[in-house]
Amino acid sequence: MAKKSIKIRAKLKDGVVTVKSLMNHPMETGLRKDKKTGELIPAHFIQEVVATSGGKTVMTANWSGAISKNPYLSFSFEGGNKGDEITIAWTDNKGGSETGSAKIK
Amino acid sequence: MNTDIKRRVFLKGSLAAGTVGVAVTAGLLTPQAVMAAWPKAAFEAKSVEDALGAAMGGNQTSASEDIKIKAPDIAENGAVVPISISTGMADVESIALLSPGNNSPMVAQFVLGDGGLADVSTRIKMAKTGDVVAVVKSGGKLYSNSKSVKVTVGGCGG
Repeated sequence: MAKKSIKIRAKLKDGVVTVKSLMNHPMETGLRKDKKTGELIPAHFIQEVVATSGGKTVMTANWSGAISKNPYLSFSFEGGNKGDEITIAWTDNKGGSETGSAKIK
Repeated sequence: MNTDIKRRVFLKGSLAAGTVGVAVTAGLLTPQAVMAAWPKAAFEAKSVEDALGAAMGGNQTSASEDIKIKAPDIAENGAVVPISISTGMADVESIALLSPGNNSPMVAQFVLGDGGLADVSTRIKMAKTGDVVAVVKSGGKLYSNSKSVKVTVGGCGG
């Protein structure tokens, strides 16, 4: 893995942790055609994103191919502490997966 | 006699294994089915009603101004439309994001976990000018709000 696939920033302010993340993924809908061959590009998109922190699942996102390429996801949760680890893991429709984590600042 | 009992046990065991096997085979045919959490039916639904029924367990929504949708009035590029949804409602279980103008209206579903707040943002693709619909499940009831977004260049297909 040359490039970090998930970039995460998590910040604690007034008891609320705001998490911003960027993932690297083509997010093909399966509707797009290859310009050269005219064939449909098979669907390839992230289906499930699970964010965990402190042993708890704080958020689960179920996605379709209608999420933009290289998805951006931001959410917030209560009950996090400074220095806690936040982990984001995604699984795509081809069974691929990637995990990234960062410390809450 | 002894072998007979063993045979029984064996049969029972293979029966149970058989059921699991069937489940696995079904899973292999459609990899999506393995991930039980992913509401496949909702994402494949062609109408907003069906999608909501499959994802949120009902399609009866009441309009609520308490759901805030932040989206551009005019999106130049339909492939990247930034959307933020937040609500001040209590007990929010999940949030669904739909774009009825798309081939399959269901775009995303966010399930809030422990301490999760109803405030999510992401970027979506929109096929054409239309509404962005946010449906919030709070206390077992569904509330919705929508915002119209003008799309200059569609983001699906092409």
